[in-house]
Amino acid sequence: MTKYIRRASAFCLILLVALLVNAARVQVFQAGSLDDNSANRRSTIQRYDQPRGNILVNGKPITGSKDSGQALRYERTYKNGPLYSPVTGYASQTYGTTFVESAEDDILAGTDPMLSPIPFWNEISRTQEPGGHVGTTVNAAAQQAAYAGLGGKKGAVAAIDPSTGKILALVSTPSYDPGDIAGTGSATTDAWARLNASSDQPMLNRAIRQTYPPGSTFKVVTAAAVLENDVVNGISTPTDTPSPYTLPGTTTVLRNESASAACEDATLEYALQVSCNTVFANLGVKVGLADMVKTSENFGFNDSGVRVPMTAARSNFDTDMNQSQLALSSIGQFNTAATPLQMAMVAAAVANGGTLMSPYLVDRTTTSDGTTVSTTGSRTYKQAMSPYTATQLQQMMVNVVEKGTGTNARISGATVGGKTGTAQNGVNNEGVPYAWFISYAQADDASQPQVAVAVVVEDAAADRADISGGGSAAPIARAVMEAVLNSAEH
Amino acid sequence: MTGSTGSPGTTARSSVPAVRVPRRRGTELALIVLAVLLSVYGYCDVGLAKNGNVPPGAAGYGAGLGVLALLAHVAVRFRAPYADPLLLPIAVLLNGLGLVLIYRLDLETPSDEAAPTQLIWSTLGVGLFIAFVVFLRDHRVLQRYAYLSVVAALILMILPIFFPAVNGARIWIRIGNFSIQPGEFAKILLAIFFATYLAANRNALTYTGKKFWKLQLPTMRVFAPILAIWLISVGVLVLETDLGTSLLFFGLFIVMLYVATGRGSWIAIGLVLAAAGAFVVASFEPHVHSRVEDWLHPFASIDAGDGPGQLAQSLFAFAAGGMLGTGLGLGHSILIGFAAKSDFILATAGEELGLVGLTAIFLLYALLVERGYRAGLALRDPFGRLLSIGLASIVALQVFVIAGGVMGLIPLTGMAMPFLAQGGSSLVTNWIIVAILVRVSDRARGSLLPEGAPEAVT
Repeated sequence: MTKYIRRASAFCLILLVALLVNAARVQVFQAGSLDDNSANRRSTIQRYDQPRGNILVNGKPITGSKDSGQALRYERTYKNGPLYSPVTGYASQTYGTTFVESAEDDILAGTDPMLSPIPFWNEISRTQEPGGHVGTTVNAAAQQAAYAGLGGKKGAVAAIDPSTGKILALVSTPSYDPGDIAGTGSATTDAWARLNASSDQPMLNRAIRQTYPPGSTFKVVTAAAVLENDVVNGISTPTDTPSPYTLPGTTTVLRNESASAACEDATLEYALQVSCNTVFANLGVKVGLADMVKTSENFGFNDSGVRVPMTAARSNFDTDMNQSQLALSSIGQFNTAATPLQMAMVAAAVANGGTLMSPYLVDRTTTSDGTTVSTTGSRTYKQAMSPYTATQLQQMMVNVVEKGTGTNARISGATVGGKTGTAQNGVNNEGVPYAWFISYAQADDASQPQVAVAVVVEDAAADRADISGGGSAAPIARAVMEAVLNSAEH
Repeated sequence: MTGSTGSPGTTARSSVPAVRVPRRRGTELALIVLAVLLSVYGYCDVGLAKNGNVPPGAAGYGAGLGVLALLAHVAVRFRAPYADPLLLPIAVLLNGLGLVLIYRLDLETPSDEAAPTQLIWSTLGVGLFIAFVVFLRDHRVLQRYAYLSVVAALILMILPIFFPAVNGARIWIRIGNFSIQPGEFAKILLAIFFATYLAANRNALTYTGKKFWKLQLPTMRVFAPILAIWLISVGVLVLETDLGTSLLFFGLFIVMLYVATGRGSWIAIGLVLAAAGAFVVASFEPHVHSRVEDWLHPFASIDAGDGPGQLAQSLFAFAAGGMLGTGLGLGHSILIGFAAKSDFILATAGEELGLVGLTAIFLLYALLVERGYRAGLALRDPFGRLLSIGLASIVALQVFVIAGGVMGLIPLTGMAMPFLAQGGSSLVTNWIIVAILVRVSDRARGSLLPEGAPEAVT
């Protein structure tokens, strides 16, 4: 019998080995795919088991966390949700994350390995660090000025520090409170449905995710191309331009908005001052498609990879057009389209002597107790134009504000350069036009321009002639610039 | 073997025993203290992890478990001094760990506390352990009750048919809030019957019957009881829809039959019968069929949009544990939902103690089984040998069936993880199994003593 007992014990040993091998299969070899299974709620539960780190503006949190008492414990809250939603995005237990909440999720949720004092410590100890904080470049005063300026209108504002690329304001209206969709349950899903059904598209981040025809503000880019390619002999030399101007290869006649402006053979500086369509259409054609594309791309057009850290929509300047289309594109129409951020980059490049800095929103990330994890340094995006061209453009843009269409943006004690724009919209241009204004400002006692801003107002309810960007958009830009200049003083 | 350095023949005649079989009661006591301390540590760890403080009942819990373990130890020390010193500490540790895991899961379900009841059952289990060790002076006495045992076993197995099914299985007797699983006790009774029957008919089973090709077939006279057992197993399966118990009874019988006769033909016949029975039942019995489907496709309900099923949740729990586990109190095995404290208790161990902890638990069971087999090897009477092999095999098979089930190795069947799982019947049964093994091992090691030595007094 002893022999058979030994054999039976061998059988038991086989059972043991089978269990151990199977345990290793489940717990080690297949663990990854089981952990990642969409039906496995563990990662979700753990993620919300601690307060989420905060997003900071001027060092103060604009977010919070509340203990919901539910299985998914901590819910995101927002101190001034509608104001900052284009920056923060949302962090929802139901709908995931967007914008900075998404881009810096690892830091905020505490899963970033850099948060742990010892490398791989969390993997070994199976612990989670408390959520870290994300400091943004946003200037609270500028953000509030932009939001207040837009009021109830549809529109967006993007403001940049030209010398660093720091985004000082990023506003989109109408907005929403991301806190409404932070949790789970019917209140959240109802709010989500309501926000998505709204014709106002409150969750659309118009400042970086919506492109508009830039209209006359694009003339700054065209002017840069003209000067870079020596198409004219200086900004004060008359250009050889008829008014009205017949688009090349067509019988279509292009006119100017203001009948009084003397656009025929106007100088480049005067053409920008009164926004002559004829001059810039003509000069754009003279520059040629290849060089217009090159210059616009130096400013950031046609780049779908601009990350601030969330990706901005691609601003467009067509690369394959006939001459009449090129003429229209050169005055910011046809298929030319730009995000407000893109146009703020145009103004920033001019203000910063031709060097375009990469725009960014996240200044630094820290652990929960404030120890720095990472800082973002300024990076050059591209040399958009030569410093001399930039100087000439600055002179032209200052001229626009002092004598031309942009007088509403004047600030005492500061040098302001700007450009208005009115973009036609809709089938046969029947829609309400978009009002644009791009500008930069430098306080008289400052060594360099401190702010570049782009404003777009969608439903500028005024008659066409008035809009031209100067009426509805310029005051908003001025308020934002003033806010930045004032906050720089103290 | 321990102590057999000299020749037993010569030492038996000498007046002073040269063979000294160590009793190792001190070792047992030290291991019991360790087992109790480990359990109390686990209990405190759960409280610290979940609530940030030591649970208020820690001292009482530790004292209770410690007193129970010490009483059991004292009983063994006086009544089974040569018993294997590992059996009792392993049982205490597994029981203690089970209480910790159940207490830990209770924290997730404040309205449904199972740990206090489990502690009462533990007390009853240890009480029965002590009673068996004290009053069962010789395991061979059990042979007298073989036929009483089988009748009692059959009654216990048939009784639940008259009670309503609970979650698809008719294995419960429920009177008020009090419910027991009589099938659990039937396991021991059947093992006693099998051991008696096989010890008596060993030779008839081995050497009679026609030879068919290479297989020696048994005669119909001895084959009939075996067929009857097979029918009982299938009957349990069909009437009570309890795949696990059926599998356990059948596996137990095959193992004991093989050990008794050494005929490979029995194994072959058994496997054919088992395969046929399992196939037929899995095809036609919806409850069992769905278990097989779940095993083959554990994530089918997720793909169907119904969310993860229990087995999927169990696999998620094990996976979440990984190598080292999340730590006690820090997992989410409660997501398994129903039966998280009973059938799926191992998932909590797997998640919170990791592959390392799970391996340790499996090795504890393996050690328990091994000590049972060792006692069987050392004994001389066929009944005792078959009984200890049978009881040890019950533990081995049960662990395999339920652990394999909750980890997706074999189709899941409702069964209690010995000592760990919530459930009084199972706990009490396992304490009795350990008591009998203690008795048998005492006999096995004590019988190494020369005749007339004072320790051999019965």
